[in-house]
Amino acid sequence: MKNKTAFQEFLKGLWDENPVLVSLLGLCPVLAVTVSAENGLAMGLAATFVLICSSFLVSLLRKVIPAQVRIASFIVIIATFVTIVDRFLAAFAPDISRNLGAFIPLIIVNCMILGRQEAFASKNGVGRSLLDALGMGVGFTLTLLVLSSIREILGSGTWFGMNILWSSFSPWAVMILPPGAFLALGCMIAGANWINRRNKS
Amino acid sequence: MSNTPKIIIVLTVITLISGGVLALLDAFTRPRIERHKEQVKNSAVHEVLPRNDRINEVKKGDYTFYVAYRGNDMVALAFEASGGGYQSELVLMIGVTIDFSEITGAKILAQLETPGLGTKIQDDPAKKENPGWFMEQFKGLKTQPQITYIKNAKPSKNTEIEAITGATISSVAIVRILNEHIAKAKAAWGA
Repeated sequence: MKNKTAFQEFLKGLWDENPVLVSLLGLCPVLAVTVSAENGLAMGLAATFVLICSSFLVSLLRKVIPAQVRIASFIVIIATFVTIVDRFLAAFAPDISRNLGAFIPLIIVNCMILGRQEAFASKNGVGRSLLDALGMGVGFTLTLLVLSSIREILGSGTWFGMNILWSSFSPWAVMILPPGAFLALGCMIAGANWINRRNKS
Repeated sequence: MSNTPKIIIVLTVITLISGGVLALLDAFTRPRIERHKEQVKNSAVHEVLPRNDRINEVKKGDYTFYVAYRGNDMVALAFEASGGGYQSELVLMIGVTIDFSEITGAKILAQLETPGLGTKIQDDPAKKENPGWFMEQFKGLKTQPQITYIKNAKPSKNTEIEAITGATISSVAIVRILNEHIAKAKAAWGA
């Protein structure tokens, strides 16, 4: 278990232990926010920033924080970084802040972030924790990017706001509504499982 | 537990540092955020008022009125109003004719309602041609004796609007805020 190389520690978050497709963590913002590629990317980057900073601090303080109050401490640390992101977006990118709305503060309770603190950062050194956080964050962001691209292209005919499909294409409005989110995510998870099954045999 | 002092100290230090960092952050970002809010408010004032030559700001009672003139005649005025929604404060910019009998426009300045449900009052992605349809309904609406709402049916009176299914409380809150503040602003203005 402890024999992962540094690179493997990073890589596992991208596929083998992808937080969305494999661990099924943090699905609420994943489904709600991915109506456009820009929003999906912004949410991914915001969550990744919080995850990296939190993992760094939690790992640094892991010998100092008593076990009985570890969850409370994690939450305070995570909430501080989320508030930093929230205020920064409100000040420097108000449109994105308005699009993501209540979901930025909700990053505090994104299971992926709390999960990595409890499962990894509180039990491993700073270097490994950073790699773990980076891998999970990148995996999360890439997954959001793919999902939101699918939904934006099929549901609005655009990608990052640019029209990219032929003008006679009539967008499938369902894709930018909740049912479309579930459908797209379900297909992605099924696809990932199928690829894994093929690789095993 | 013999651990208790350590627990208290660690938690206190962590939260103190957190509070300190966030206080600094607030001091740094607040000016910009206030500026954005001003911009949003100013563009909302223009959006809810009808065609005009100039707009004057007048304070009366608790309200700041943005009065629209055509030539030397006051034709309409706008003011800010807020109230409780389903789970957040709803802040509106309301425009009315100078006798407060008709709404010239209403715009939501801020809300943090349930994403995908309550937020439909501001942005309804299911109606692609007009995602802001809910607030558009208030344009041209008569205000006396009061604004009412109806569910799952087209409005039948010129004081009625249609509430959004799945966002009833948010919709009703908008109607309530409008009724309450149009009456209060009217009294403050002295119309």
